[in-house]
Amino acid sequence: MESLTQKGVDAQTFDLASTTVRELNQFLHHELDGPEYIEILNPDGQHSIAVGLDAPVTVDIHGHAGYFIAGMNKQASVTVHGNVGWSVGENIMSGSVLVKGNASECAGASGHGGLVVIEGDASSRCGISMKGCDIVVGGSVGHMSAFMAQAGHLVVCGDADHGLGDSLYEAVIYVRGEIHGLGADAQIEPMQESDYAKVAELLARAGFDHDPKTFKRVASARSLYHWNADHFQEY
Amino acid sequence: MCGIVGLLLKNGALNARLGELVTPMLASMSERGPDSAGLAVFAEQDQGEKFSLFAADSEFDWDALKHALDDEALVGKPGIVSQGRYARLTLDVEPDTLKHWLGEHFPMLHVLSAGHYIDIYKDAGHPAAIAERYGFTGLTGSHAIGHTRMATESAITPAHAHPFTAGEDFCLVHNGSLSNPYSIRRRLERRGIRFETDNDTEAACRFIEWRLGEGETLEDALEEGFSVLDGFYTLLMGTHDKLALVRDPFACKPAVVAETDDYVAIGSEYRALAHLPDVKNATLFEPKPEVIYSWNR
Repeated sequence: MESLTQKGVDAQTFDLASTTVRELNQFLHHELDGPEYIEILNPDGQHSIAVGLDAPVTVDIHGHAGYFIAGMNKQASVTVHGNVGWSVGENIMSGSVLVKGNASECAGASGHGGLVVIEGDASSRCGISMKGCDIVVGGSVGHMSAFMAQAGHLVVCGDADHGLGDSLYEAVIYVRGEIHGLGADAQIEPMQESDYAKVAELLARAGFDHDPKTFKRVASARSLYHWNADHFQEY
Repeated sequence: MCGIVGLLLKNGALNARLGELVTPMLASMSERGPDSAGLAVFAEQDQGEKFSLFAADSEFDWDALKHALDDEALVGKPGIVSQGRYARLTLDVEPDTLKHWLGEHFPMLHVLSAGHYIDIYKDAGHPAAIAERYGFTGLTGSHAIGHTRMATESAITPAHAHPFTAGEDFCLVHNGSLSNPYSIRRRLERRGIRFETDNDTEAACRFIEWRLGEGETLEDALEEGFSVLDGFYTLLMGTHDKLALVRDPFACKPAVVAETDDYVAIGSEYRALAHLPDVKNATLFEPKPEVIYSWNR
């Protein structure tokens, strides 16, 4: 994925050293008039930048940003040219969020749709409780990623820490590197043609060049779905 | 929620700017902890036995303390530099001896820290106001640890603010909550270790200091801590020559580290680090759960 400002398109600029995040978000929510390109400077770890967007706007954030960046995103394409804190793209509905650096915990948490791309590493609980979005991580993910993930795909080009896919529902995880431990009810399954196609599609959309054949599939064994009579109904 | 910050200067030329660099770190974490704050500062060299004192009475007469100590035949010549309710006392006396003596003669005084390198300032109120009150920007030294508190257990008082300390030249700040502080406390109290508050963090602080007192390295003590401390924690600790950082097995509480040739800086969030010189070119990383990180000055 490439940001539009890199193509030389004029952008409207907000400098968060002199403008508040609230003013920026007010503008993004109420004053956008048709497709626009927004540049944000000096995020300096501030929270909630470009949350709640619902327009096909392109936003470039230059620098490291804080929590909840581009949360609840709908339609917009948001790029962070730096690292982000917790919960980037939380509850994303559609559109895309691209982080050129690393992401802290809970990237793409509860996302319903759209695409979250982390070019670097994502920390723990990446894709926790995702409900239909796609997440592609260029590096590795931390522990308990895709915990209780319900639908959608998490593609990890690097390694995954312990507890991967704990208590998964119907989301599917693809990992290229080493898996340091699966969570409860997660299992490695054979890749099907549909899996190779899905990985190839998501890698292409995220801008990564890997052979889909090098990925493993992790999905739910579904043993947590059913009442286990061997427990003598003690629960 | 709480905010923790730490800064260790590798480049001694920056020591004169320690307070200037660390104060914005602390102030930026005010939203994570607006009800009290504290800062531990370690001097660059051994300054003899010294104590940070805090007066419960805002009108406390520090000259009266000096005169009383002057009259005390058993101890050497005291030096006192006071700033409102805070004072630094330099005096060549064992911490326990001083605490016992203060308890008898000046029970309204609280010993915040003891050691040859450490000074601790802590108080209730907004972190920026506390930084202003005690002149944090003018402080110098080799490393500092700060905390902004949003109390989720135990009272909001200066004594319940972090950093906590035990023994000499050791302090600890904590973001999180422990689930077993009372069982740890009972075990330590059976060994004669006394507590000064009912705060959960004090249990972690006294546990680790106890292990250090038993001759363990800080790293060994922290390794044991993983099996003893239950709950959520990012712990940042300082000794006279190092900073150490650990997170609980679930890494439930945040931390981020920035390292350059000149310093290592730790914050709950990147916001705390954003103003530091050349931070844009720093190596930034998030510490892993149950891994011990330590840096020597």
